[in-house]
Amino acid sequence: MTARARDERTLRGRVAVIGIGETEYYRHGASPDPEFKLALKAILAACEDAGLDPRDIDGFSSYSDDRSEASRLAAALGTHRLRTATMQWGGGGGGCCAAVANAAAAIVAGLADCVVVFRSLAQGQYGRFGQAAGIHTVSGERSYLMPYGVLAPPQRFAMRVQRYMHEHGVRQDAMCAIALASYHHAQANPRAVMYGRPLDPGKYDASRWIVEPFHLYDCCMENDGAAALVLVSAERASDFRRKPAYLLGAAFGSGHRAAATAHNAPLYATASFDTVAPDVYRMAEIGPSDVGVVQAYENFTGGVVMALAEHGFFRPEDANDFLTFENLIAPSGRLPLNTSGGNLAECYMHGFELVLEAVRQVRGTSTSQARRSDVAMVIGGPMVSPASNLILGSEATL
Amino acid sequence: MTNPTARYLPAGLPIPVAEPDGLSAPYWEGLRKGKLLVQRCSHCNAWQFGPEWLCHRCHAFDPAWTEVQPCGRIFSWERVWHPSHAALKGHGPYIAVLVELPHAGGIRMVGNLLGDPAQKVTIGADVEGVFEHHPESNPPYALLQWRRRQVSSK
Ligand SMILES: [Zn+2]
Repeated sequence: MTARARDERTLRGRVAVIGIGETEYYRHGASPDPEFKLALKAILAACEDAGLDPRDIDGFSSYSDDRSEASRLAAALGTHRLRTATMQWGGGGGGCCAAVANAAAAIVAGLADCVVVFRSLAQGQYGRFGQAAGIHTVSGERSYLMPYGVLAPPQRFAMRVQRYMHEHGVRQDAMCAIALASYHHAQANPRAVMYGRPLDPGKYDASRWIVEPFHLYDCCMENDGAAALVLVSAERASDFRRKPAYLLGAAFGSGHRAAATAHNAPLYATASFDTVAPDVYRMAEIGPSDVGVVQAYENFTGGVVMALAEHGFFRPEDANDFLTFENLIAPSGRLPLNTSGGNLAECYMHGFELVLEAVRQVRGTSTSQARRSDVAMVIGGPMVSPASNLILGSEATL
Repeated sequence: MTNPTARYLPAGLPIPVAEPDGLSAPYWEGLRKGKLLVQRCSHCNAWQFGPEWLCHRCHAFDPAWTEVQPCGRIFSWERVWHPSHAALKGHGPYIAVLVELPHAGGIRMVGNLLGDPAQKVTIGADVEGVFEHHPESNPPYALLQWRRRQVSSK
């Protein structure tokens, strides 16, 4: 690795993922374990994968208001000392990459040495994430939406996607291709909740509308489970048993007044990566053509269309040509996408399963390995603010 | 609406109220009186919706409230089929639109598009506001709905 100036403000090449772990993934409400136990299981699995004593963890990082508190985890795991506990603001999956960046920043800044990043979800225990019932009055942003039946995430985001499709001539087929690729990859992944349940264009077209332009298969699942990864400084990466995946770049945030209520963002038809995508490429010192495989958070397929375009993989006007089943599947598509099945078909772990899959791609252990996998990108939480992304690379890319 | 208690969506959805700090109170009070009030900064003339304590452009506090004509054009839309609330079970589909107000700085607001829920919706179509009153509700409130403007102003 090239020596970097101490004052160079970058995460590039400075931290590595040394272990990944997850629980079994369950359908919504089907976990036999409560949420905190799921978190512990995933973290211990990640430590086992790395060959790391869990007591050596000294930090935790999560997002989307994860309920498994860092101090409780530290006590349960018997960690020798807790040195960082970071929660990324924002709901949904917008923080799935930012949580990794926050952990990496803590390590690079000398605040901690070995940080676990995780997400755990037992929706049977705590209720569904997007559920909108049981409240009598609303105020603030929700008051301008909910009385009109714009209640849950599908309805909040369909309008944005509809505008994007109108502005750029994107057709339903482009969204269908994303769903088909996800389900295709899930058929090779025994961990996937939709393993053994393939999707074809006829089934997609015949599925019910949730909210136009989203069919059932354009929407992510609801699931239970937990996933975790372990980060250490790059200098220590070779001390562990697995091939490290290095963080090349990470960014998060959103553009000017992106969260202006209600639906008043100046740039409305966006996945919120107009400012975030250039940042990640700048830090990673690469461009879109260097990225071999992408895991893109699918709350809804329409958000993937927008997010991929904003990351420069195609111009919005070319979305229909680029987003075809053949282009999106491993090993040899132009841009293999969501190679574990992702939120649509592997498990909706608020996108954290996508980060683990990017690590597998760099390691070469995915069940749908891309031909070009030395540089793997994750895009988190399209259309929310803040959104986040990251790029991982093998040692050869440093 | 001709019938003062006609509603587009079934009863039982959350009732909109102002925040405890009163930020949006003028907006909701305005709707109950059949007026659309939105914020317009008296320092820099920027339009703003939803309300905020600060003008997003010039940072003057407490942007003034101004009445504007409830007319605009459809900026985006969606047809909702899946009920995300118990009150909507068995109802639907229904249409939600995002309407921009070109005469008020292009601010946008969400409402329902009245009429046939199966109708073709066109981005850019002219719409006019319809106040939907709920005096029987506890607390009472009014919504701003939209219908296609028959005579194009283009
Ligand atoms: Zn101002």
